[in-house]
Amino acid sequence: MDLSFGPEYEVFRNEVREFLRTHEDQAPRNASMRSPEMLAWQKLLIEHGYTARTIPKEYGGFGGTPNIIQSRIIGEEFSEAKANAGLGGQGISMLVPTLLEMGTQEQKEQFIKPTIHGEMVWCQGYSEPGAGSDLASLTTSATLDGDEWVVNGQKIWTSTAQLADWIFCLVRTEPDAPKHKGISFLLFKMDTPGIEIRPLVDMTGAANFNEVFFTDVRVPKHQIVGERGEGWMVANAILGHERDSLGNPNITLTRLNALIELMKTETLNGERLIDNPVYRDRLMQLQGRVMAMRFNDLRVLSSRLNKGQDATLARMIVKLQGTELRHDLEGMAIDIMGEIGLSYEDNPYTRAGGSWQNQYMYYLGLIIGGGTSQIQKNIISERGLDMPREPKIEKNK
Amino acid sequence: MQFGLSEEQVLLQDNVNRFLDDHVSLDAVRTYAEGGEDDAIWQGLTELGIPALLIDEEYGGIGLAPLDAAIVAESMGYHTAPGPFLTSAIMAPTVFAAAGGHSDKLAALAAGELRVGIAFAEGFGARNDAGINPAGAKLNGKSIFAFDQAADSYLVADQHKHIYLVAADGEGLSRKPLTTVDKTRRTVELTYSDTPATLISDDPEVFAQAMDIGRVMLAADTLGAAQNMIDQAVEYAKQREQFNRPIGSFQAVKHMCAEMAAQLEPCRAMVWFAAHALNELPDEARLTACHTKAHLAEVGKFVAKTSTEVHGGMGFTDLLGLHYWFKRCGANRQWLGAPELVREEAAVLQGLA
Repeated sequence: MDLSFGPEYEVFRNEVREFLRTHEDQAPRNASMRSPEMLAWQKLLIEHGYTARTIPKEYGGFGGTPNIIQSRIIGEEFSEAKANAGLGGQGISMLVPTLLEMGTQEQKEQFIKPTIHGEMVWCQGYSEPGAGSDLASLTTSATLDGDEWVVNGQKIWTSTAQLADWIFCLVRTEPDAPKHKGISFLLFKMDTPGIEIRPLVDMTGAANFNEVFFTDVRVPKHQIVGERGEGWMVANAILGHERDSLGNPNITLTRLNALIELMKTETLNGERLIDNPVYRDRLMQLQGRVMAMRFNDLRVLSSRLNKGQDATLARMIVKLQGTELRHDLEGMAIDIMGEIGLSYEDNPYTRAGGSWQNQYMYYLGLIIGGGTSQIQKNIISERGLDMPREPKIEKNK
Repeated sequence: MQFGLSEEQVLLQDNVNRFLDDHVSLDAVRTYAEGGEDDAIWQGLTELGIPALLIDEEYGGIGLAPLDAAIVAESMGYHTAPGPFLTSAIMAPTVFAAAGGHSDKLAALAAGELRVGIAFAEGFGARNDAGINPAGAKLNGKSIFAFDQAADSYLVADQHKHIYLVAADGEGLSRKPLTTVDKTRRTVELTYSDTPATLISDDPEVFAQAMDIGRVMLAADTLGAAQNMIDQAVEYAKQREQFNRPIGSFQAVKHMCAEMAAQLEPCRAMVWFAAHALNELPDEARLTACHTKAHLAEVGKFVAKTSTEVHGGMGFTDLLGLHYWFKRCGANRQWLGAPELVREEAAVLQGLA
């Protein structure tokens, strides 16, 4: 057991801190993704290797070798300094790694640099009304007409569709092939005629998602990643990859500490909430769960650094446990505030800008999105515990 | 950075598991539960060096760390093994080492020549029907649910967390077995009547250190016991068929197994960290020990119930013996502080109560 990253990483950590200290005034706060200050900040971060760290230089990245600990330290220090960590989004997190793995030379050159620099914004066209957990049953079609694909159908849960320049999109090109073998991975511009975007207001009141409708959308034939019929493989190419960052597990800890502060300041019948033994016990239960997940994260991190250390199951359970834990944590804050916990939007009694309610609902969304808790349990039991799969029901019966 | 077990630790656990596989089968557990003795098992573990694990080499021990002991505790729980591991290998050596000046006791413990029981309840959670009155070099009163029915002597704590040593055959001491649901380990009632007692420590920190490590080991025992219950549930769900399918292919059943695994897997990292912290991270050790004890108690309870349910009616019977693990988790939950009590200690440690 050795919990230190080692002295060379402390040097690196100090470099990151020094950067954040000297560039504090340049870091954008609440800037939109297309604002000049945001784009300038993104460029600065790439030059220093604090984002797009492992993207090759020839495609506009920093060109660093993958290093999990360095990525972790960058994440920790930016989070600690509450500094803008650069642009995210599905173009940067999903499409760029996919292109690096499966794209042609031309595609890499055309798309990666503007994407990581925030000049080309993407949305992801995967889910459909009839293809959620069973994504491979998607029916949005593309048929070849001369040198163009003609796309028809509908996508849903499309984040940032209203802001995106381009979409990477799964479409069915081989209707007679088995469902996983009939899909292709297309790239096209969002201002192509025949695309209609309708915002989808969610339970938080915000329109974080959209529905996107395609009617005879014409896409140049060469704007495909991989061969036709290989789209499912292309979309999954990066799933098995070791991502170079695990995200920041300390955010849950930050929220727990915010909950503790809330309990020290809010009162009930003149008594601080923390002095109520029932509430205090619930808090301690949550603290125990947060602790367990923090140590689980250390184990997963360690397994990526040390060959031969198996943490498959520990990694598989993170989405399920992490999202449920956050939902419970945010929900506890609401419970203990009574009616005040219901305050929202312009209500003057709202605490912390309504973040407890907002995060409570947002994490319910995350419990469902990206593979529901039930799908997670299928994965854990079938791949983690080697339990038998549900028998397949044949179509048209 | 390396958060996990070393090769030596994996080897240690393999050795202990091999011994326990051979000598603590379900039949052996039943034999003990029905009134047998644990001497042979403890003798075998002594030959493997288990009582010497934590004791310094200068006293004939092996001088390993709490993390090494925790992986042994996990194996003990996995096998629902009887024996005075928690007391003679863990808490008693911790008390004697922390108190200082007990090289003879440490040497005898390391050699497996001495079994020292623990009667600590007055120090962390006194109940009615019991109570200790030390006066001069004598003890009067009663301890209930003291560990180890076959100990040569007992470390007894009073409400001030002072620790006394009494001999099992000491004057005025009577010992009665107390039946509990967990028949894989035995507890006793000790009644003292002017029983000669040696003050071992009047420093509450000594008491607290023994509690910390005891709690982490009980958590590790639950980790092992619960892991075994998951293994059994998964295996049973793959074999058992209803509606012409293994019941493990039904989501209702496989999701129960997934939930057990999802809750227990982080506990492994938690137990490792808590054990490591005992020696290496003094600022975090006590809080982590409390939370690990309480959290494993909750997860252990959930796994014990859920695994039993996966087994259907068979889980409820004595035939499978699954109930030994169920009750082991239940006993580990209550001993050295049930969850609410330990969580309140965690709150106090942070100035929140």
